[in-house]
Amino acid sequence: MSTLTATPGQTIGPFFGTALPFDGDNHLVPPGTAGAIQLHGVVTDGDGTPVPDALLEIWQADADGEIPSATGSLHRDGWTFTGWGRSATDGEGRYSFSTVAPGPTAPGSAPFICVTVFARGLLNRLFTRAYLPGDHLAGDRLLESIPAERRHTLTARRDRHGLRFDIRLQGDDETVFLRYPGH
Amino acid sequence: MWSSFAATVPTVTALIAGNAPNGLATQARISAEIAAIECAHPQVGFAETQPRLDYPPYRSSQLRHPTKDLVRADPEGLELWAPCFGGRDVHQLESDLTIQHKGQPIGERMVVTGRIVDGDGRPVRRQLIEIWQANAGGRYIHERDQHPSPLDPNFSGVGRCLTDDNGWYRFTTIKPGPYPWKNHHNAWRPAHIHFSLFGTEFTQRMITQMYFPGDPLFALDPILQSITDQRARDRLVAGYDHELTTHEWATGYRWDIVLSGSTRTPVENSDNGSGHR
Repeated sequence: MSTLTATPGQTIGPFFGTALPFDGDNHLVPPGTAGAIQLHGVVTDGDGTPVPDALLEIWQADADGEIPSATGSLHRDGWTFTGWGRSATDGEGRYSFSTVAPGPTAPGSAPFICVTVFARGLLNRLFTRAYLPGDHLAGDRLLESIPAERRHTLTARRDRHGLRFDIRLQGDDETVFLRYPGH
Repeated sequence: MWSSFAATVPTVTALIAGNAPNGLATQARISAEIAAIECAHPQVGFAETQPRLDYPPYRSSQLRHPTKDLVRADPEGLELWAPCFGGRDVHQLESDLTIQHKGQPIGERMVVTGRIVDGDGRPVRRQLIEIWQANAGGRYIHERDQHPSPLDPNFSGVGRCLTDDNGWYRFTTIKPGPYPWKNHHNAWRPAHIHFSLFGTEFTQRMITQMYFPGDPLFALDPILQSITDQRARDRLVAGYDHELTTHEWATGYRWDIVLSGSTRTPVENSDNGSGHR
């Protein structure tokens, strides 16, 4: 168990735009390449208003379920899958990634993409999971621990370009956010 | 938005003359809200080591915090590992924010250095740190920041580095100025540097702000005060260290960072050399 107390988090604030986004940050694979999908959605607040100053990060396995250990996310070479990406929301609260659908990291497990949410007005980051839709979801430990009526907030929807995953920070249909041990 | 908070502390709101002529809350009102929450804090019964997500004195948080409890998740597979960064990602010179332009930036040159460890005290090795900050006049390069303080053509306020094999980082920069914002009337943020940190596991990802010792704006600032425990707030304040200060060159600050504990077992750790599976 941990013996030291963690340093507190703070909001990302409004001025991260010159520091954190970078060219190619949201392209885990080049758009349009074989197997590429779009993972996208809208971040909204408690009034349903889009959040134009949020930053999302994703972390995921590759199509075979292999967890990446390659460096190079900040200067992508177009060939190496690093499994990590970053997307600031636009003026309409939309984010978008070009990536691949992850495979299961263990036999029979439900594939998901880890998502971290930062925003002005959000005093600490939030974690969630975007599960791929499908039959494999039955039996997932986390999903089974959540009331049935909230599970859909963790499941991406298939659409024309790939996967749609909206994030509602607050409200009746609020996204399920996660607390890990030690937090 | 205001009415929902007023319902929880009616005695405070009844006593405080509310708004400045521009319609924004006065500092006195914000300070009274902060004090009311501070007074109620011991009733929580345990030390709050992280900021509250629901903290009405920080007005922008009101519609942007979850209202339902966070759901406990046991990290599995992917969550036990973190993205990797290396020499391809970050150039060594990116840790010096004073050499990014033709001339020297205006302000107090300073070094900030420290060590990043996990909850068990193990160094976070070869991992990415990103920082950003205002210039010496408290101005950010951003279209939203238009307050009448000059931009510095020789300062962008953005840096990166990788920790070394013992978890140490080091930046050379300019001490940022305090910064006015519109949370309430005459609102000023204490001087701070934003830090973005990765750990050895996905669950350790965090963004925070480092402050400077003795800043008179601490008590007035709803973002810092959203951490209701004084000892926890103190963890965000760097120490001035004269041993780090250099003759006729730069002042020195020390700030160590603890990420949340790691949950990976020794067996999983031993796999680290050959990919993550």
